[in-house]
Amino acid sequence: MKILVAVKRVVDYNVKVRVKSDNSGVDIANVKMSMNPFDEIAVEEAVRLKEAGIATEVVVVTAGVTQCQETLRTALAIGADRAILVEADTELQPLAVAKILKALSEKEQAQIIILGKQAIDDDSNQTGQMLAGLLDIPQATFASKVVIADGKATVTREVDGGLETIALSLPAVITTDLRLNEPRYVTLPNIMKAKKKTIDIVKPEDLGIDIAPRLKTLKVEEPPKRSAGVMVADVTALVEKLKNEAKVI
Amino acid sequence: MAALVISEHDNQSLKAATFNAVAAALQCSPEVDVLVAGNSADVVATAASQIAGVRKVIQIDALNLADQLAEPLAAQILSLAGNYSYLLAPATASGKNVMPRVAAKLDVAQLSDITKVVSADTFERPIYAGNAIATVQSSDAVKVITVRTTGFDPVAATGGSAVIEKVAATDSAGKSAFVGRELTKSDRPELTAAKIIVSGGRGLGSGEKYQELVVPLADKLGAALGASRAAVDAGYVPNDYQVGQTGKIVAPQLYVAVGISGAIQHLAGMKDSKVIVAINKDPEAPIFGVADYGLVADLFTAVPELTKALS
Repeated sequence: MKILVAVKRVVDYNVKVRVKSDNSGVDIANVKMSMNPFDEIAVEEAVRLKEAGIATEVVVVTAGVTQCQETLRTALAIGADRAILVEADTELQPLAVAKILKALSEKEQAQIIILGKQAIDDDSNQTGQMLAGLLDIPQATFASKVVIADGKATVTREVDGGLETIALSLPAVITTDLRLNEPRYVTLPNIMKAKKKTIDIVKPEDLGIDIAPRLKTLKVEEPPKRSAGVMVADVTALVEKLKNEAKVI
Repeated sequence: MAALVISEHDNQSLKAATFNAVAAALQCSPEVDVLVAGNSADVVATAASQIAGVRKVIQIDALNLADQLAEPLAAQILSLAGNYSYLLAPATASGKNVMPRVAAKLDVAQLSDITKVVSADTFERPIYAGNAIATVQSSDAVKVITVRTTGFDPVAATGGSAVIEKVAATDSAGKSAFVGRELTKSDRPELTAAKIIVSGGRGLGSGEKYQELVVPLADKLGAALGASRAAVDAGYVPNDYQVGQTGKIVAPQLYVAVGISGAIQHLAGMKDSKVIVAINKDPEAPIFGVADYGLVADLFTAVPELTKALS
């Protein structure tokens, strides 16, 4: 079976972003970009399913600017077979991405579509669920364990209070949580090999999709600053402060 | 211009996050209805009818709604969507699971994790792990929203007297099935609703030390237990203890961080706490940048001392 994996190029998770002084957004010029951490887990899971003989092909896709090809190369180096870039310079919101992914998964006839649970830039946590809704197929979000057998996916999900397990008929959409797996490091030989793999580039227009943003960002601001705290000398001083100054205990 | 709040429940009891979502809904519209979709959830519907400010409770009972799977639940919400301008759910695992599916079917954008209602169509939400606050405007006819519970004070659980209207479930033959559930047992206050939270990180070194140091301190304070991702990944505690961008978002009166360095992703989950206390031996740890009270000390001596001082 074929697995489609969606990845996103985002500001590296270690970067502390700064809000632009005109409040139009965050400053991402000259900032290190990487693959969204949850998407790395998604690619890893797909490649493991291929290594286990369950999947026959892993196709990785992304939507965005030309530089997203770097992100696709990383996924190819992890072990994806080929890649598709839907090139667009405009802002892409989750609904637009879900529509793009719908068109691609129908074209590719993917049985399993794996996404990260959320992107660490917009923190939306929507695209996978939206895609499942548009395709009218079942979804398993926040997956920490995936078993594919007998034309069915059995997925353990991280929910509030613990874990829950559900079974889905295929095709299905799965979104990854942090504990699903530990993504492998890409090795130099695999990076070299990845350069030979193909990246198809298509335009949203070719897919016949309206990608206009639905939400308008009016402004982006710094969160309120916390007032500077104090360092206490010892436990006694700490207890005294909590009791008499902060009055929280 | 009515609003429908999707209640969070386990068929037995109404979860507290619902009250925060109702609070946000009341800022959008004076006409707020609550949906209780479940299996024999009469007790929940009764509880929902007593929430202050609620106009009507819509109860839908069906076997396949028992486990709140996304597919049947979304189908029920969609069957009612035509009557509402706002569909809201708390931004919990369940709300995050179902609402985007509903939004996509309605062909509208979703507003995730809102922290403030600015006006009828404009909302604030944190992005980049809480390092920026975006003000966004929606032009969609129906606003599908998940509510960050710590952003809104809960409405009163009593004082209301809404009518309960039982509605038949629409057909929603599922392509998914519930298999099982494994919940962490705890007598403590729920993490997201606790007044005080004591959280442990990698600095503890082991699960035994977490039990030995963090748990007694939490007992003394009547606190909920939390953890950093490092502590969860190392297996000290179950993963539903995790506070942060990818775990739970909390805002208690007092947050005590023990052996937690304070990575961006952890701070995203707790920096709206009223008072933050950090105990760490590294004076350079970023957690001290947000702490109201910082103690540079070895946690293995400072934490037992603190527990003792509170006796």
